[in-house]
Amino acid sequence: MVDELRGNPASPGAAAGPVVRLTPPPVLPEHWDTPAAPEAELAAATEALDAAVADLEKRAASVSGESKSIMDTQIMMAQDPSLRTGISDAVAGGRPAAWAIRDAFGKHVAALEAIGGYLGERAADLIDIRDRAIAAALGLAQPGIPAVDGAFVLVGQDIAPADTVLLDPAKVLGIVTEKGGPTSHTAIVARALGIPAVVGCAGAAGLADGQRIAVDGTRGTVAVDPDDDYVHRIEAEAASLKEKLAAHSGPGATADGHPVKLLLNVGSAGGAATDAAADAEGVGLFRTEFLFLDRTEAPTVEEQRAAYGEVLRGFSGRQVVIRTLDAGADKYIPFANTEDEPNPALGVRGYRVGVRNPGLLTAQLEAISLAAGDHDADVRVMAPMIATPAEAAAFRELAREHGIGKVGVMIEVPAAAIRARDILAEVDFVSIGTNDLSQYTYAADRMLGELGELLDPWQPALLALVANVAAAAKEAGKPAGICGEAASDPGLAPVFAGLGITSLSMSVSAVPAVRAALKDHTVEQCEILAAEVLRAPDVPSARKAVEEFSARSVDQRSRDGES
Amino acid sequence: MSSRKVVIGSPVGLHARPAKLLVELAGRLPVPVKIGRDENQLVDAASILALMALGVRGGEEVLVTAEGEGAEDAVTQVVELLARDLDSAEQAPA
Repeated sequence: MVDELRGNPASPGAAAGPVVRLTPPPVLPEHWDTPAAPEAELAAATEALDAAVADLEKRAASVSGESKSIMDTQIMMAQDPSLRTGISDAVAGGRPAAWAIRDAFGKHVAALEAIGGYLGERAADLIDIRDRAIAAALGLAQPGIPAVDGAFVLVGQDIAPADTVLLDPAKVLGIVTEKGGPTSHTAIVARALGIPAVVGCAGAAGLADGQRIAVDGTRGTVAVDPDDDYVHRIEAEAASLKEKLAAHSGPGATADGHPVKLLLNVGSAGGAATDAAADAEGVGLFRTEFLFLDRTEAPTVEEQRAAYGEVLRGFSGRQVVIRTLDAGADKYIPFANTEDEPNPALGVRGYRVGVRNPGLLTAQLEAISLAAGDHDADVRVMAPMIATPAEAAAFRELAREHGIGKVGVMIEVPAAAIRARDILAEVDFVSIGTNDLSQYTYAADRMLGELGELLDPWQPALLALVANVAAAAKEAGKPAGICGEAASDPGLAPVFAGLGITSLSMSVSAVPAVRAALKDHTVEQCEILAAEVLRAPDVPSARKAVEEFSARSVDQRSRDGES
Repeated sequence: MSSRKVVIGSPVGLHARPAKLLVELAGRLPVPVKIGRDENQLVDAASILALMALGVRGGEEVLVTAEGEGAEDAVTQVVELLARDLDSAEQAPA
């Protein structure tokens, strides 16, 4: 039995090789000795910063297009005269070289982070230069990808944008990170380069340089010291999956044509063009938080209208479900939330923020309505964190007042899932957010890795709630979709189809595998499978039920093929 | 001293790319140019970090000032650059 670590599948494919760990950025202790020769420290600090700039220039020379433009700006930031002034001031104040660099950068990093948004992200570029300069000043290895001979699997906490531009697919067989989700920078770059990747794999912290591991970017697993048979098996599976995925395209449907819409989760206007080009039937969840986070005041109606329009433009003729602001808990927004809640996940968040602060919600609905008029996407709107039918009705009324025709709500609270029939009586559609629904059903904080098992979308109580919502929607003749992580699990796709779920919304990269999984089953098979999974008392038996079912189907198909 | 006001023409504001073009221009000018929302908040136009920290948005009005020989011409050049949409000039959104 091969020991497997679990993470998020981020880029499909399988590969095995020795671990090379990213060199972590240097950490400076808070105590230092005031140097005897400040001139020497100033010279050392300047030299270190020059070395970091020279290194950046060398890397910029090997890239082109958008990456080059980003790196050129980064170089200009590193050469900024105010950094030199800051270093010399800090040295004059008794700091050794490395600490002088840290202090000189600190003010600028804080300033950019305070602005937030796009400029806030540039703070990471500045931190990257700072860490390289500090490492040079201390004579430590440069943070990032070490120069090694031969091919390897890159393992680290996360990979900085500046490092990802240097990823050489000929040398980097696979990528495993401890942090990050399926939409992290690392995941996006890995997919673009076709490098198998697993992200958010907490167990990767224990992997050491030189250890042999096998990465399965499709299943999201990392095997430690795998035998050759194991590696051959996952490589063969990856190759056949690739072939299979390429064979399907177009709208989602079961083998016998029962439709299950394949939609996208979209989190910003940034990747709108890439999302729009994807083979998907629209957007099932357009998260609007990106416009509100890292700001001190709410965006204006016109700013929102333009930002929503960016996304709508690409989805002409396709459906786009815009979710109103989901502020609170892990997405704290200063002008929407209060700091003094003892338990923010159970506090005034999601739709409740709109109740306390109606101006935020009405401005957003107005902007959505205007943006919908500017473009010809099929725009719908839904509210997060609805708990009662009365809330659903109030939201529907408000949205209708703003001229929005199709109004739905998210089912994320067990109360709403249990009383789905009453909720559906008030709105045109529902969408199940499985991440929060898991958190609230199992009383397990989403942010606590330790409770990850309880948050597994295969948990029977979660699936029972999904089944209840789907049955209520079927009865009402209204659509019920899923837009949480569970929607991107190809193993669950036929189960959801069998329960009567009408759409699955996921990240772009998950679509092909989910489409193929649906195509593998008739709707009748999906229903049988769903019934078997619902009967399973725990996660392993639920997974086993699906594996055995698919093995039986393959046997059946091969017998059919022979006769 | 020469000074003029200009409305930022790039919808994204004085972000990385427009800021970079301004720094490049400022480096070529014979006199130091300062920029800010008002005269009490002026920063060196040759410092990309200071420009970015201003966080100036598209459509906002800023003050451009310079002193010394050629100040008038330097301010004019900076004003002309800022009035343009610097982001659309070369950027093809990915």
